[in-house]
Amino acid sequence: MKQKILSVTAMAAGFAAMAGIASAQEVRFMCSSDGNECEVYEDVLRRFEADNPGITVAIDVVPYQAILENLPVQLAAGTGPDIAKVTDLGGLNKYYLDLTPYIDTAYWDESFGATLDWYRAGDRQGYYGMHSQLTITGAFINATLFEQAGVDVPAKGASWDDWAAASRAVAEATDTPFPMAIDRSGHRVAGPAISYGAALNGPDGPTLSDAGFTAFVQQFVDWHNDGTIARDVWAGQGGATYQDAAQEFINGELVFYYSGSWQVNRMVEQVGDLFDWRVVGSPCGPAGACSGMPGGAGIVGFEQTAHPEAVAAVIDFLAQKDIYAEVAARTSNLPAHLGIAEAGVEYEGASTGAQAALNAFAGDLPNVAPAAFWYQGYAGNRAMFGITVERVSQAIVGELTVEEAIARMADDLAAAMAETS
Amino acid sequence: MLTIISPIMRIIEIPMLALQRVLGIHRFAWVFLLPNLILLCLFAFLPVILNVAYSMTSGDNILLEDRPYVGTDNFTRLTECSNHFDPNSCSEDKFWRAIWNTLWFVTLQVGFMVGFSLLTALILNREIRARGFFRSVFFFPVLLSPVVIALIWKWILQRDGVLNAFLDWTGVGGFNWLVDAEWAFAWTVFLTVWAHMGFYTLILLAGLQAIPRDVYEAALMDRARPWRIFWRITLPLLAPTMLVVLVLALIRSVQTFDEVFAFTGGGPGTATTFIIQYIYERGFAGAPRLFGMASAASLMVAGVLVVLTLVQLWVNRRNVDG
Repeated sequence: MKQKILSVTAMAAGFAAMAGIASAQEVRFMCSSDGNECEVYEDVLRRFEADNPGITVAIDVVPYQAILENLPVQLAAGTGPDIAKVTDLGGLNKYYLDLTPYIDTAYWDESFGATLDWYRAGDRQGYYGMHSQLTITGAFINATLFEQAGVDVPAKGASWDDWAAASRAVAEATDTPFPMAIDRSGHRVAGPAISYGAALNGPDGPTLSDAGFTAFVQQFVDWHNDGTIARDVWAGQGGATYQDAAQEFINGELVFYYSGSWQVNRMVEQVGDLFDWRVVGSPCGPAGACSGMPGGAGIVGFEQTAHPEAVAAVIDFLAQKDIYAEVAARTSNLPAHLGIAEAGVEYEGASTGAQAALNAFAGDLPNVAPAAFWYQGYAGNRAMFGITVERVSQAIVGELTVEEAIARMADDLAAAMAETS
Repeated sequence: MLTIISPIMRIIEIPMLALQRVLGIHRFAWVFLLPNLILLCLFAFLPVILNVAYSMTSGDNILLEDRPYVGTDNFTRLTECSNHFDPNSCSEDKFWRAIWNTLWFVTLQVGFMVGFSLLTALILNREIRARGFFRSVFFFPVLLSPVVIALIWKWILQRDGVLNAFLDWTGVGGFNWLVDAEWAFAWTVFLTVWAHMGFYTLILLAGLQAIPRDVYEAALMDRARPWRIFWRITLPLLAPTMLVVLVLALIRSVQTFDEVFAFTGGGPGTATTFIIQYIYERGFAGAPRLFGMASAASLMVAGVLVVLTLVQLWVNRRNVDG
């Protein structure tokens, strides 16, 4: 009898263990937030788990810096997560899981169109990432300061020079410390550079040294030297470290702030009723373009996962129209889903100001130049962003002349491309 | 306790005696050294070997087998200059900017560090009121995290920081300290001296207290002047301790990274980028990640540190030998 009880217990334990192995598909999702994205994903993915018993999604909320610096090392070492929200879209392509066998590719083509290319590189032309958060760079202005100074806000289509002159006039009249600022980021200056004629992808491949790019860098350095642009942002840091100027704008110390759509929530929450602000999009350059830079983040799966089907199921769930629309509305992000963008998003709990700002950014999307779309999807763009920041900063602080900085950028880019596998 | 250990010892004794018989009494010592040797190999020698191997490869792959062998190309690129005093003439100008910044920094920081530490130790060695309190005050920054130190000074020195608020209040007017290359460098030297001098002060204080009092009493009886006592008694008898402090400060100074990275990020431009930050940025922060270049640069720094460490060992040995 005792032996019978023992054998039955052992069998039951064995079945339980096997059932556990069969059902326990835990998918780890490395997520970072600009606002509340990870919280919202956690919420909607609980519904996914309810619909898909046996798959659990564990969300690891990490700082953005961890996505930039730790994730690539983890992936190279084979210890990465199953899913991540990434911004180096093409750069991590070699690690991506191809979702093609698991998804309705026609739906993805119809819904995500050109953004699918941002996740592709070389001969890997499958379906890798769902662009979850579309962003576009553009300018915020402190409308109250313009009003106090009695300076007219430049009209739509105004040039960078017009905005610089107007911002200087406003700063002078209102005793504001800084007329203009642009985030310390290679991505942020790419739109203005394109408007000054930078091709970025020249006949001989990627370039940071053509006449258009040089013209912009010269103008950018001159603006730093004559006090039009706040030195604190670009000269206050070393290396390629990111630095924004949002706090200066929020403190009312800045007239014109060139950043992007992801700052809208921060402005709404932190500026409040202190002053009126507006989104004015991207000014135009001498080359005729008025381009910002598209960007944002996307959800990708990784080839090294033990559960490719589960990973694809999670991403496909987030890509479905109703879920995507809900996430966009709750996180106040511009949608990359073409159907949702066309229908428009009613942002949940967004103030009239926030709604207007997001619509202004969305309205600027048609002005984005093809070079900007190419740059965003180029797998080596991280290297180009970093080189831009380092060398332009050196020109701003006087370590290099603009000509030397441009020559160094060309050398750095050649070296980076030679090193990239 | 003994009742627990004794049976264990008896169990171990049998195979150990057998092993001793096989290896012999002299070679048997290696058995006891083996656990430490394994750990040392894993965590010290293996990384050094890997570092050497990576320094001879290129590309952005992390796994050694995926990285193409390039021989000494990384070292050649790092050292290629038409004039080593002008970083702009070098292939890897940022490396040479970091080298020159580090040399200037080490010279100034170690000089000020040893000087101020000595001065502080001399004052704290006197019979002054609240001596214990002041000793704690000077040592307190040593206990702080480097990032905390950097943030405190950043809050003080930034454009709308405490110092500028004070200068505005006095009518002198503020200055953007951390955006100006020369000032940022000077404040970096100040910050690191402030943060670490407590440690060296403590060592020098111990050295001062080890000087026999009767030597001073004899000098006073001979009516020697304080300045002469300092030059002829204090300084010569403190010299061995000073050398230790000097070498320790030199090694620590070459390795400076954390406070400065959090304080200025290496800027403005590359004004406060030192060699360790250069290695970090090449290997981990930039794109593509140039592990080969970073490894080559780190080996060159390691060479300098080995020389400094040998000097310290030689100094220590000389002190012990009297």
